Amino acid sequence: MKYIAKTNLEQFFEAASKKLNVYVPVDTDGTNSAYKKWKSGTKVSEKLHTTRSAKDFFFPQTENLVEFKMTDRKIEIIDPRRETEDFAIFGVRACDVRSFSILDKVFLAEPVDTYYKNRREHGVIISMACRRPEETCFCKAFGIDASAPEGDVVFTEADGGYFIEAKTEKGSAFVDSLGDIFEDRDSTPAEAAQAKTKEIIDLLPLSNIDTAKFGGGKTEEFWNDKNWASLSEACIACGTCTFVCPTCQCYDIKDFDTGHGVVRFRTWDSCMYSDFTKMAHGNNRLTQKERFRQRFMHKLVYFPENNNGEFGCVGCGRCLASCPISMNIVKVMKTLGEEE
Amino acid sequence: MQEVMKKRAIELLESGEVARVIGWKKGEFAYDATPAIFETADEIEKDFVYDDFTAANVSKYLLKVKTLDGKTLVFLKPCDTYSLNQLTAEKRVDREKIYVIGVGCEGKADVEKIKARGISGIVGIEADGDNYTVKTVYGDETVAKADVMADRCITCKSKKLAAYDEIIGEDGEEIANSGRFDLVEKLEQMTSEERFEFWQGELSRCIRCNACRNVCPACTCEQCVFDNPASGVAQKAAADSFEEKLFHIIRAYHVAGRCTDCGECSRVCPEHIPLHLLNRKFIKDMDELYGEYQAGEDEDVKHPLISFTYDDAEPSIVRERGME
Repeated sequence: MKYIAKTNLEQFFEAASKKLNVYVPVDTDGTNSAYKKWKSGTKVSEKLHTTRSAKDFFFPQTENLVEFKMTDRKIEIIDPRRETEDFAIFGVRACDVRSFSILDKVFLAEPVDTYYKNRREHGVIISMACRRPEETCFCKAFGIDASAPEGDVVFTEADGGYFIEAKTEKGSAFVDSLGDIFEDRDSTPAEAAQAKTKEIIDLLPLSNIDTAKFGGGKTEEFWNDKNWASLSEACIACGTCTFVCPTCQCYDIKDFDTGHGVVRFRTWDSCMYSDFTKMAHGNNRLTQKERFRQRFMHKLVYFPENNNGEFGCVGCGRCLASCPISMNIVKVMKTLGEEE
Repeated sequence: MQEVMKKRAIELLESGEVARVIGWKKGEFAYDATPAIFETADEIEKDFVYDDFTAANVSKYLLKVKTLDGKTLVFLKPCDTYSLNQLTAEKRVDREKIYVIGVGCEGKADVEKIKARGISGIVGIEADGDNYTVKTVYGDETVAKADVMADRCITCKSKKLAAYDEIIGEDGEEIANSGRFDLVEKLEQMTSEERFEFWQGELSRCIRCNACRNVCPACTCEQCVFDNPASGVAQKAAADSFEEKLFHIIRAYHVAGRCTDCGECSRVCPEHIPLHLLNRKFIKDMDELYGEYQAGEDEDVKHPLISFTYDDAEPSIVRERGME
């Protein structure tokens, strides 16, 4: 297996940066980290997660879809789409890698979202196997192995460096393009590191949370569950859970009046917000209970119903860490179906 | 303390004196309690929790129950009692329908600070004198309470209960030298370019989740201007990053004179933006221009920005300060 010593990681980024833009997780303060473009001297964050997920690379929080420019009585229509430059995202965890395939099911299904597809095609995913998963992690419950992530290229930390495996054609082409900066090593230490992580995952308190009671066809079973009232009672209707979530995919399209034209942009939406799916006739979810229910029904029932049983959650635990009132999908999953 | 609180809550519920109890419900871990409204003794017995991690200010939930029949028992920490007084002063809640048990507070722990020390895989936390023993899947760790106390508690302005019907625990004193304006002073001493850069850096992380606004006990408009689609500004992610700054500055102005400095805005920010510094700047300015004033100290005082006295600072002074 290919291997690079930790002390030579800088060389890897340098070589990769000559080929494409490389983004790495960087500490932005004591508690936050975010993806930043690598440049010489950039220190890669040691944190398990970036505060925001990696979905921004393909589905940014806002993007302009079309612009209308008005001069006198003429309207010029400007298409802002440009071919994206090649880029790589380094250090993506197994949960976030899986989130991309969930987003693909939405944005690459007919009608294909060309804005998303453009970025997706130009992005190389370099994933990083987890070594110190946290108590808020529950990817295992959704069939994700944090010790062996998907991705174009997988990095596994062991033996003072990283073992590297290309998993896709795109990944192989990328690794081959970097020349001989890697050495070849026996993969035993990587396998040992994986096994150790697996042991830790089994010790995590939420790893074995029951998903079996959810899935497609369960709408009626859960729609009128009495527990929605108490679960949503303390929700302050902010959008934190939806905005840190790697799989939340709802968006709104708005017009911004520039004074001499219009910029039509899309922006992440949140089902927690009072104007979510507001239509000409008004809103079909009038209470916070209904909006709150939408988020979890979407992930646990509607999404699997439409996608061969695949859940719309990857168990990254960001919502557990960020919710102002500590309400989250785990508490919902454990409570639904219970006696009130 | 938790057991005393539970016992008293059950007594008041069972005697019919109150119809419900606002407190905190225990979570999955030792540190993720959720605010909750309890209606039965059983629920309280099973789930009520009060400890070093129950940090949420639950005063705003009083708005939610104000139209319900009967009295509501609410447990408030000292800083939360200031919020209640402010809500009462603004006639947002009916004090007659609220039974307040003030609970003494020695500051709350911030689990993010524990995690920032590289401690993860937490399966339990036990208070042990001045320390916490944190049990993790990677082994036990010990941290000093003082090292992981929430920032807002380190600069606590008052451990005095500003409103209560009875007290559990110890009532405290106002803290004269809390140091809560130290960072504001540091910002004031910066050049305007440095200050702009500071706020640019902080506010550029804003994801417009609106948690700061929604949790704020002073933000109680029936409909926020930012939630009005016809207002021309979006409450979601903006097309223009200027809008994020505008949002936070407008919000700080709107709660000026009414903000009790409870610190919930910064506590809930997923991006850890020190939003409370905007509010503290206004509080400090008002103290200097109109004399010391603490919002929520009493339930029937008009704050300096809406009351006129002949001693008020002349507008020219305010203008000159702005030119500095």
